[in-house]
Amino acid sequence: MSAAPDRAPAPTTPGATPAGGEPLVVVRDLVKHFPLTRGIVIRRRIGAVRAVDGVSFSVNRGETLGIVGETGCGKSTTARLIMRLLEATGGEVRFDGRDITHLKGHELKAVRREMQMIFQDPYSSLNPRKTIGSIIGEPFVIHGLEQGKGERKRAVQELMETVGLNPEHYNRYPHEFSGGQRQRIGVARALALKPKLLIADEPVSALDVSIQAQVLNLLRDLQRQLGLTVVFIAHDLSVVRHMCDRVAVMYLGKIVEIGPSDPLYEFPRHPYTGALLAAVPVADPTRHGVQRRLLSGDVPSPANPPSACRFHTRCPKAQPLCSTEEPLLVEKGSGTEAACHFPLTREEVAAIGVRSPA
Amino acid sequence: MSAEEPLLRVEDLRVEFPTEDGLVHAVDGITYQVHRGRTLGIVGESGSGKTVGSLTTLGLTRGQGARISGRVLFEGRDLLTLSEDEMRKVRGNDISMVFQDPLSSLHPLYSVGAQLTEAVLAHRDVSKATARARAVELLGLVGIPDPARRVSDYPHEFSGGMRQRAMIAMALANEPKLLIADEPTTALDVTVQAQILALMERLQRELGMAIVIITHDLGVVAEMADDIAVMYAGRIVETASAELVFSSPEHPYTWGLLRSIPRLGRSREESLVPIPGTPPSLINPPSGCHFHPRCPYAQPDHARIDPALEPVPGEPSHHVACLLEAGVRRALWAELRAGRMPEQALAAAGLPVEPA
Repeated sequence: MSAAPDRAPAPTTPGATPAGGEPLVVVRDLVKHFPLTRGIVIRRRIGAVRAVDGVSFSVNRGETLGIVGETGCGKSTTARLIMRLLEATGGEVRFDGRDITHLKGHELKAVRREMQMIFQDPYSSLNPRKTIGSIIGEPFVIHGLEQGKGERKRAVQELMETVGLNPEHYNRYPHEFSGGQRQRIGVARALALKPKLLIADEPVSALDVSIQAQVLNLLRDLQRQLGLTVVFIAHDLSVVRHMCDRVAVMYLGKIVEIGPSDPLYEFPRHPYTGALLAAVPVADPTRHGVQRRLLSGDVPSPANPPSACRFHTRCPKAQPLCSTEEPLLVEKGSGTEAACHFPLTREEVAAIGVRSPA
Repeated sequence: MSAEEPLLRVEDLRVEFPTEDGLVHAVDGITYQVHRGRTLGIVGESGSGKTVGSLTTLGLTRGQGARISGRVLFEGRDLLTLSEDEMRKVRGNDISMVFQDPLSSLHPLYSVGAQLTEAVLAHRDVSKATARARAVELLGLVGIPDPARRVSDYPHEFSGGMRQRAMIAMALANEPKLLIADEPTTALDVTVQAQILALMERLQRELGMAIVIITHDLGVVAEMADDIAVMYAGRIVETASAELVFSSPEHPYTWGLLRSIPRLGRSREESLVPIPGTPPSLINPPSGCHFHPRCPYAQPDHARIDPALEPVPGEPSHHVACLLEAGVRRALWAELRAGRMPEQALAAAGLPVEPA
């Protein structure tokens, strides 16, 4: 069982796999439904929030995959499913060639050593009553590694050095550190067990602008030095472009477009990707007043998503077909795969106000 | 800038809060003006004093034991000298404010309509029915579909974007001359943010009000603002038209902000240039230039001399508080703009490479 070889990813999504390279994570038809209930004594199920509804992709070793999308699109749920912090309703997650979707007990614990997570809020993700030495060293204790206090302290101080913290601050408490430094502590803790996979869920969105760059540079340097595989989740499209080799765009629990960063940002094919890119404010006042086409309305409820293509209710290009037949995620001839019957053309991309890089 | 009397003129405003740990110098002598129908963007990080400054303008820091000095002239009248009763007539009428978090700024137990009606009745002597009709009209104005029905909804029945629209509707209830928007889109998704910014621009065109938009997001100010003031540690360090701030910024902190954000148009290979260190304590701000501990170009005497906000030679509308010479600043920015790192820029500009 544990020696199961890598299989090719699901046939419905041939190119959600990067060209070449060996996948570390393969996610296939992943589904997570959260039940909605009514009643206090007799709880009846009245439906489900379809947070993640059939997502397939893979992440190569040493690669950074970005997942973008708006609140409620399922990007964090996807990350938690990969980490096995949530139980999947359906589908499978393969890690390092092995199906980990239903692992339990010490098998699960062993897999978790190899994947670590960095959280959004550096204030609530560190125990305020522990010194940072013991916070960063805790993974060693949990997994019964690096016996002996002296050895552990050395290992922790080395990690602190790696992430740009002063090793002399070993005995300080989280409140003595600024937001950016706390995020470094979170990174050090995540790296302690030399994981193969790092999942960063909005790692800089709680930080000040001048601090964000410090943490982004740190993550990029570490990724290169240690050859980490990273899943980087963010709502900020500029940050994702800066950090990621490939990007997946999610809308209402589904991937609507996935592909290498450059073609995805320069020539988005799915109208939702186009709308997201057009909405990013650009730090260039000479563009002041350039007309952009904006999405109207709000994201529909994931408890009752629109039929077929979920974006058809807000899509400027929607046709009757879009509400009856679900588009598959397929290669559109420009480097990315999009789930759309009527992908954007170059003229339309220019017209909606997507800024192609200079 | 036009020669006419500005709508709002803030002069040497200082706000200090006594705390157990010492006196917090939240706003440390800021001066700026806002002209009718124009938009000023105030940019800064958390703790730069941008929010406290605006709350003080509206008299909202009075009850907190704050020590306030300076002048806040609105149409020539100093708001700091007004009584609480007089201030209440200004607030929500001539000047109104939109806050970051629309969920906590709306009362959860009253319908959106009731809250809008209250805003109208607070300043106008009209019947309840008229006020209610005005509430419906306002919701329509900010683009809420089917306003006559949605007016009876409670805040939890609105989405985040709709709540912020409702907040803007409330702020506009009495057609203010000045709207202060404090991080109005920070809690919103990017597509909703674009909608809200477009809405504010449209309303400004239609109603002719002036806007002060407070944000940490350079993209948002670039889209919205005519003029920009950059704040750091309670002070304005640079102010100019938006074009000038982005094309020829003068302050090292502004350079730092511009070089430290990833942009869609830039190559991925280009490294971000972070601003080293962390924002300073406002209880014990650094001596001299407040930015000197984090400034890669600081010289030894910058820790002693306090720079004043002065016009840039040849650019009377562009003000900067920096001790570097104008020529040196231009040379440095030219290097940074070409993608050089701060150390390389220092050498090229002829400054000692190992500064203070």
